[in-house]
Amino acid sequence: MPNTQELQDLVVQVRRDILRMVHKVNSGHPGGSLGCTEFFVALYNEVMDLKEGFDMDGIGEDLFFLSNGHISPVFYSVLARRGYFPVEELNTFRLIDSRLQGHPTTHEGLPGVRVASGSLGQGMSVAIGAALAKKLNGDDHLVYSLHGDGELQEGQNWEAIMYAAGNKVDNLIATVDRNGQQIDGATKDVLPLGDVGEKFKVFGWDVLEIENGNDLEQVIAGLKEAKSRTGKGKPVCIIMKTEMGNGVDFMMHTHAWHGKAPSDEQLATALEQNPETLGDY
Amino acid sequence: MTKYTDQGKQDTRSGYGAGMTELGRTNPNVVALCADLVGSLKIDTFIKESPERFFQTGIAEANMMGIAAGLTIGGKIPFASTFANFATGRVYDQIRQSIAYSDKNVKICASHAGLTLGEDGATHQILEDIGLMKMLPGMTVINPCDFNQTKAATIAIAEHHGPVYLRFGRPKVANFTPVDQKFEIGKALMLNEGTDVTIIATGHLVWEALLAAESLENQGISAEVINIHTIKPLDDKAILDSVKKTGCVVTAEEHNYLGGLGESVARVLATHYPTPQEFVATQDTFGESGTPDQLMEKYGLNNKAIEAAVLKVLKRK
Repeated sequence: MPNTQELQDLVVQVRRDILRMVHKVNSGHPGGSLGCTEFFVALYNEVMDLKEGFDMDGIGEDLFFLSNGHISPVFYSVLARRGYFPVEELNTFRLIDSRLQGHPTTHEGLPGVRVASGSLGQGMSVAIGAALAKKLNGDDHLVYSLHGDGELQEGQNWEAIMYAAGNKVDNLIATVDRNGQQIDGATKDVLPLGDVGEKFKVFGWDVLEIENGNDLEQVIAGLKEAKSRTGKGKPVCIIMKTEMGNGVDFMMHTHAWHGKAPSDEQLATALEQNPETLGDY
Repeated sequence: MTKYTDQGKQDTRSGYGAGMTELGRTNPNVVALCADLVGSLKIDTFIKESPERFFQTGIAEANMMGIAAGLTIGGKIPFASTFANFATGRVYDQIRQSIAYSDKNVKICASHAGLTLGEDGATHQILEDIGLMKMLPGMTVINPCDFNQTKAATIAIAEHHGPVYLRFGRPKVANFTPVDQKFEIGKALMLNEGTDVTIIATGHLVWEALLAAESLENQGISAEVINIHTIKPLDDKAILDSVKKTGCVVTAEEHNYLGGLGESVARVLATHYPTPQEFVATQDTFGESGTPDQLMEKYGLNNKAIEAAVLKVLKRK
């Protein structure tokens, strides 16, 4: 296991990767990616039990599904730096003939990705299916998923939330990135979500909160707590509060950077705030 | 002409159920999902014999398709079943992203397709599903013609890796293909050799095509009848070999003429061997309540309609 400083260094390096990836192609979604950097780093380097290499079935290891596929930059960076594919390949993000499509896909055979996502609201159903397959296979590993809070406006989520509780899918940990923002503005203005944790609770989930999803230690502790609550007859939900654009001062406290790339000057400023740690790709 | 005997009318959905029963006993990786229509899909025996391999999703088809996609991760072969309308149009984007684009080995099994659903009316009578499904890259589309063939197709698709749309229906129809036939995906079946016209039919219309061919024979017209149970991938060679001999074609399907089998055949002909073609299909319309026979008559989908289309296309040769 890496120590906390190593993980913190990785967080900063992943932020640099995200910024450089979206800047190069002048497109992509840096805001949500930066907000979830600590979560991805913790999950892939401290929490999940992973095999070496990649196979689609993933029997005998934990699985992760990204439902809000637009935050692909953070997913790709963390996968690459975990060894799923060469870090240099981050250079091909969103370019023609790349395995790093704008939104994640299995179609190009990128190791680490098990389903396409981008059209929102579908990931929890897929994660439930994978969790059910684990139970059928007698595989006691867990399934993790991540969902945007705005994404919960898609109705399919609530079909899935109802199903997972009703069928005691207790090897599933679904995390909601509660950053309170979506493309058109604050979620409370676009379509208020109310108390998301309460909603999961009344549907029958075991719910816990990570108060600061940009505090690496809190994220690790929260994920480990969630892990300890699996296998008890209820699916587990983490409501994780994050700050969109975290780590870059001018990208925080606004929805403006949901799907916008920084200019040359803005990139330089952002990178200054996140000095190179493990080496740029 | 070649004689076919109705072994006794049965519904094609029961052929699906029989196929699932057999798969339950022979293939431990096969799992079944259903969205509150178990009785209609005839999978009671599978569920009774393998309850741990059945997932009842309730009336939530989008979630069902996603769960099916997820179950493939871990090596399961999910058969997700409901009415054709809810198995396609209602969940098109879920199928597109989580199944087709994600290359998931999911079998979408759809009953009550087309007008012959009958009295429930147009809300449930989907006539656009073949088009929707055949447009998805990588999707195999199969519409078997009777009980025996539906059972064989159900068993066969478990051995095929990749997403499949299997379409069948509600009413009891003639069961005339061999018991325990081997089903080969993508391979058209020559039912009757002829020289004057080719009739290419799929699903419930295959039996009607045979009835039409018999009547045409009495009028001195030799009709070749081909059963295209697989609309995608289409057996181009079987179609071209036949029309090169007959010089004209009638396609017959329980589906809108836009997007169905007929258009797929027309594409093959236009590309390789332009040939006069008539379409027996619904004419860009919704259905309505009625008995299956009444509806097939009113919307021009029975043997008489096929016969009329043949007489029309012969004049265009």
